[in-house]
Order: sequence, then C-alpha cells, then structure tokens
Amino acid sequence: MAAPQKTLKDYHHIAAILAGLTCSCFALRTSKLERHVLIFDCLLFSLSYEDVITEEELANLKEAVEEKKKSITTLRNQPWRMKKKLETLKEAQEFIEKFEGALGKGKGRKFYAYKVMMLKKWMKFKRDFENFKTACIPWEMKIKEIESKSFGSSVASYFIFLRWMYGINMVLFGLTFGLVMVPEALMGKPYGSMPRKTVPRSESSTAMDFATLWDFGGYAQYSVLFYGYYNNQRAIGWLKFRLPLSYFLVGVGTIAYSFMVVIRTMASNANQEGGGDDTSFNFSWKMFTSWDYLIGNPETADNKFASITTSFKESIVEEQENRKEENIHLTRFLRVLANFLVLCCLAGSGYLIYFVVRRSQKFALEGLENYGWWERNEVNMVMSLLGMFCPTLFDVISALENYHPRIALRWQLGRIFALFLGNLYTFIIALMDEINLKLEEEAVVKYNMTIWEANLYNGTLSENSTRPPIEVDPADVPRGPCWETMVGQEFVRLTISDTMTTYITILIGDFLRALFVRFINYCWCWDLEYGFPSYAEFDISGNVLGLIFNQGMIWMGAFYAPCLPAINVLRLHASMYLQCWAVMCCNVPHERVFKASRSNNFYMAMLLFILFLSTLPAVYTIVSIPPSFDCGPFSGKSRMYNVIQETLENDFPAWFGKVFSYASNPGLILPFILLMAESVLPAMV
Amino acid sequence: MLPVTNTVGVQESELELTFLTKQEILLAHCRFKELLPKESRNTMDYRVPMEKILTMPELKSNPFRQRICYVFSTSEAKDGSLSFEDFLDFLSVFSDSATPEIKSHYAFRIFDFDDDGTLDRNDLVKLVNCLTGDAPETRLSQEEMNQLIGNILEESDIDKDGTVNLSEFQHVISRSPDFVSSFKIVL
Repeated sequence: MAAPQKTLKDYHHIAAILAGLTCSCFALRTSKLERHVLIFDCLLFSLSYEDVITEEELANLKEAVEEKKKSITTLRNQPWRMKKKLETLKEAQEFIEKFEGALGKGKGRKFYAYKVMMLKKWMKFKRDFENFKTACIPWEMKIKEIESKSFGSSVASYFIFLRWMYGINMVLFGLTFGLVMVPEALMGKPYGSMPRKTVPRSESSTAMDFATLWDFGGYAQYSVLFYGYYNNQRAIGWLKFRLPLSYFLVGVGTIAYSFMVVIRTMASNANQEGGGDDTSFNFSWKMFTSWDYLIGNPETADNKFASITTSFKESIVEEQENRKEENIHLTRFLRVLANFLVLCCLAGSGYLIYFVVRRSQKFALEGLENYGWWERNEVNMVMSLLGMFCPTLFDVISALENYHPRIALRWQLGRIFALFLGNLYTFIIALMDEINLKLEEEAVVKYNMTIWEANLYNGTLSENSTRPPIEVDPADVPRGPCWETMVGQEFVRLTISDTMTTYITILIGDFLRALFVRFINYCWCWDLEYGFPSYAEFDISGNVLGLIFNQGMIWMGAFYAPCLPAINVLRLHASMYLQCWAVMCCNVPHERVFKASRSNNFYMAMLLFILFLSTLPAVYTIVSIPPSFDCGPFSGKSRMYNVIQETLENDFPAWFGKVFSYASNPGLILPFILLMAESVLPAMV
Repeated sequence: MLPVTNTVGVQESELELTFLTKQEILLAHCRFKELLPKESRNTMDYRVPMEKILTMPELKSNPFRQRICYVFSTSEAKDGSLSFEDFLDFLSVFSDSATPEIKSHYAFRIFDFDDDGTLDRNDLVKLVNCLTGDAPETRLSQEEMNQLIGNILEESDIDKDGTVNLSEFQHVISRSPDFVSSFKIVL
C-alpha cells in the first residue's frame, strides 16, 4: 500500500507560512495587521502556483476579512484621534480590497464576490436611507433652533411632545377620513335624499348663516362631519363597502392604536432612562452632569450658573440640617389649610360647571334665538376660563406650603390634573342627563310620527294594507332626536373654544405683555423688565397638561364626530407654528432651569391615564345605551355592538360563526386577559 | 488628511469615522470655512487658533470652552488650535448619536484640568468654580467647597485613593439619566 504522497503544493504552503512567520519574528515591531498581511501575502504567492487553496485557509481568510470589516464599523466608537482612525481605516480597507479580490477568484467564488458587492450596496443604501429619514422629520430644524439658541432641552421637549401627538393624530385622521368619511361621501346616498341627511324645513332659513355654521349646526350638522348623517344601510356602493361595520371598527381601532403607541413609547422611555430614582450619586451628578451644553445664550448661561450655585448650596444645607425640624406644627397646619382651600376650589368649579350646563339646557328648551352670544356659549367659556385662572390660584395657595420647588411642582401638576378631570367628568355627567332626556323624547316622537304618517294618507287606507309611497320632501319629515350628534357637537364646540382660549392667552398674555413691557418701559415709574410684570416665561407644565387634556377630549368625542381628528390635526399644526414664534419672540429663559428627562415618563403616564378615562364614557355608551332610531349607521339596532354579530351571521361562513362563539366564551377570554395583564405589567414596572 | 473641500462633497471616510449624518458634516464644512481667514480658505491643513474657535456662538457661553479646545486639539504646540479633523472629532463626540461610553471618556478628559489622568482635589475645585460662574457673589465659600468636595469623593471614589479615575467616573456617569441629553452640542 503506497503512502499518501505529499504533493508539491503542500510543501509550498508550509514553506510560505514559515517564511512569513520568520520575517515577522525578526521585525518585532510590526503591527498585528502587518503580520496578517505578511502571512496572507505569502499565501497569495503560493496561490499563484496552483488554483486551489484548502477549505481551512479559505475559512481563515474569510474570517480575517470579516473581522476587519467589523473593526471598521466600530472605529467611530474608539476614543482615538482622527489621524489614527484614518490610518487604521485605510489599512483595513486596503487589506479587505486585496483579499476579497483573491477570495473572488476561481469557480464557486464568484458567488462570494457577488454577495460581497450586494452587501456593500446594501450598506450604502441603508446609510442613504437613514440620512433621508432624518431629513424628513418635520420641524426638526425649528426644534433644534429653539434648543440651541435660547432655551435648553426642557422647552424643546414640549415641542417634541407636540410633534409626537401630531403623528398620532395624523394616523387617527387617516383612519377616520379614509375609512368612514370618504366612503360615505362618495358611495353613500347624497345630501337631500333622506330625512336624516337633510336640513329640516324649520331650520333651513338659517342653515347657511355663519353663526349657525360656527356653532356646527345647519349644513355642518347634516354632513359627514357628524354621526347623524350616516345611513344604516349594510353595504353601500359597487364595492359593497360595509359602512356600519367600518364605523364601529374604526372607533375601536383608534382607541386600540392609541393605547399601543402610548404604552410602547412608555416602555422605550423606561428602557432609556434606567434607574431614574437613584439618589446614591446626588452630588457627583450635580457636578458632572448639570451643565447643559446646548445653552448658547449668555443670559441662559447666567441663569444656569445661578441655579447650579443655588442647587449646590441647597444640597449642602439639606445634608447638614436633615434632622433639624423648625416649627413643624405651623408648617403642617399651613399645608392642611392649603389643601383644604384647594379642595374648596375644585368643588366650587365642579358645581359651577354643573350649574351652567343645566342653565344651558333651560335656554335650549326656551329657544336659543332669545339669547345673546354669552348665553349660547356659556358652558364652553366657563370651562375654558376655569382652566385659565384656577392654576394661577393654586400657584398662589401653594406659597403657603413652603415645599421644595420640585415637590411643589408635583403638587401643582396633581392639582391641575384633578381640576381638569373634575371639570371634564362634570361635563360628561351633565351630558348624560341630556342624553336621557333625548331618549325619553324618542318615544314621544315615534308616536307622533305614526300619527303624521296616518295623516298623510288622510286615514283613507287601513294600517295593515300596503300603500303606494307618497312623495314627501325629506325636509318635511318629522325627525327623531339624535343624541349622538348632540354629543359630537358639544365636544367639537369645546375643542374649538379651548383652542381659541389658548391662542388668545398666548397673544394677550405673552405678546401684548412683551410689547407693553418693551415700549411703555421708557415712560413708566419702575423698571418693567425686572419688576412686575416683566416678560413671560414659557409655562412648560401648563402647556403639556393642556395638550394632554385636549387629546383626551378628542378621544372621547371621535366616535360621535368623525371630524374631530381632522380638526385636531389642523389645530396642532397651527399651534406648532404659533407657539414656536411666541417662544422665540416673547418669552425669556426660565430662572430655574431643570431637566426634562425625568418628567417624560410622568407625562406619558398621565396621557395613558387620560386615555383610559376618555374611553370609559364612549365604551359605556356603546354598550349600554340604544342608538337613536332615526340617525346614524346603527339606527334600528338595539345596541351598537350588534353590528358585529350581524356581520358574522351574514358575511362569514357558518363554521366561522361557531368558532367565534366558542372563542368568545368568558371561560376562554378571562384567562387570556389575565395572561396579557401579567405579561404587560412586569414590562411596564 | 481630510481636505476642506470647496465642492459639495462628503468623504466616505468622514461618514464612516464619525457619528455625524451627511447634513451635519456639510454644515461643519461651512462653519469651519467661515472661521478660516480669507487667504487660506482653500488650503488644507490649516489650524484655526483657539481665540477664533471661542467666538462660535455654541461655545461662547460654555464654561468649559477652553478645556474643550485643549482636549480636541492635536497641535504640537498645545495651544488649543483645531484643524478640520479635530473639529469633526469634536462634533462627533458631542452629537446626538454618539455612544455614552465615548461621551463619558471625553467628559473625563475635559474635567481633568491638569491632564494627569485622574480627577484630584484641585481638578474638582476648578470644576466647581467653573460651574458657579465668574461673579464673586455666586462662588462658594471655602467651607462649602470643602464639604462639597468631600461629599463627591465619598460618593465616587471607590478605591479611596483621594482621586476619581476614569473607570470610577464612567461608573458614576453611566447611572445618570441626564448625562447623555445634556452632553450635546448641535451646530
């Protein structure tokens, strides 16, 4: 048996590697890279004698090339000088070019070369796409300008929040517009063809007036903007578009989408922040991280110096006097008194709203034409005014309490939150009263309608026989009350008046004040710029809360007025520009500059809470109140969710209905809900 | 050498070696050219002196502006002058996408006033004085200063050698939620 003959090529390989190693051993100061190059150079040299290298060497070469590529991507993480980085980059790139070419030779390697080229193209494409995406983010330049030119990161965080809300509202708008408003407008019955789609004869003289339209009555009411216009026909148009189903699913879908986005943002914020409540490095953090490098304005810098100094001194004093308690009884008494006063304010505002809503019902019964502008808009004006003045009142009361500023801010935010919540829920309770009234009215109207129909035929035919349809103009048909449209209208009016109040506050409170201080200062007894009133600061927490509550109203009303997300998109767009202008033109940097990062999840948590609270009334009305018999896509059903059952029966095969009925067994649903809760809660905590 | 190009071109190596996007690098080109004197607008390899760099609005109000120039400068004369490469380095470290590790590394070098590789008592005193501004009424008294430095060393000096070295510094900074968002400069 002949021994396996060592061929010439094996000897060549060994010789080449030995030669390389000996060279590199002598040249002790060669870098690792140079040694690699030497060894592989020798390999290449031996390659020229034959056209096959063994699998092992191929694998080694490939590994070395991959390693070089990885080192290039992590080069920017190294804290080296640019020169050193450049040199390393050049070396690595040369190495890759040289040996990738070699790897591409020969049969079977062509695929590898092709793969490498595609990978390069893909990396370039990804990088270009990232650049494009960054360029596409709206208002990025504006926000960066605010951040760097004057105000630091806390004011900019409000605008980033506004932009994020705008994104959510765009999606909600897309859903309601594309899946509800457009199909009804294009494929549903046109205006004037049905009683519910026509302005009644009694209102048609004022239907086009600006005052009526501003109030969302008249032609605005009988259009796709509100619930009442929609027809309950199961499938419309040549597409057989199931409008009632779509309406219901879009309503549920907007809520589900909002939940998903808010929770996802909270989770990613929590990941970024890490241990936010850690107090073990208080002093070190104050020293090393308190300076905001984005500050570019000498005035802001001076304020920052002052606040850092104050914060140092406070911490030192706090550390020393931790156990010393002065006049604790007086402090406690004052704090209890302050809380009592605040509770009185909250109760007072709740009662005021309830009183005003009842009064507006009385006005409505007597006919709104007898009253002036104030009586018509009383509810909205009162709610907006309360929202404007009560927080200032709370601020004054909190001077009694003598808390550390950060804790005082938390109390203030909590109180404003309670105020808005109380107002909103009082408003809803008053609305529920009106809904119940309308439901009672329905029974009466139904009875009246049968009498009217009978009168049409002058009683000539008996009730049970079929009769030829008589042409009646839809404007003359008596209407059933439509509580859903009324609810939608109330929310739309509230949103509009809230918007107006905010804009007027900005114009008067910031702009006119700045003008006054700047120009009247020349002829005034005391220095207006340093004393009272001086320029306004940008109230971050007040504005964020306003934004959150506005969004809560949108979520509550969107089911009944599909136009609400559209109105909100317009409003946020205008707010962005107006507030950016106001901040740059009329506001001064804060005296106490504090970071926004810790408050981020606090605002998200509030938003989540408001989302939950806003969906409660809508869900309650869907589940337990029968829809109006004469308007909307669910008219004729006993409950709105029956549309799902109807669809399952008619549109899906029989077996699907069975499966669904088994799956919707409470015995299955309850464990599923528990499982979801158990998996979401640890992720959030 | 990275050239200060006249044409609108961003080098592949610039994109590869920094955390900056294409727009940011282009903006850096423009701003650096503005700092150059008219005659040398087209030469490569020009070093802008520190006084010119400190006139930039982003750095004018920063208490650490001189330290930043010294740390990023590669000139042999140690005069704080920056070439275009140094300028890109500086912007990359202070950009939005830089990793916290590289930011904390450079923050340590900036705070190390005497460049000895550790933050000792003198460095911390100078740091506090920078942070409290130049006006005499905002400076801390000697007693307050001692107390403050004592507290800081107690918190961060883990091996109790009286100085804070790089790893101790990075350990403290990595737990801070505010560091990354405040250690940022945008042109």
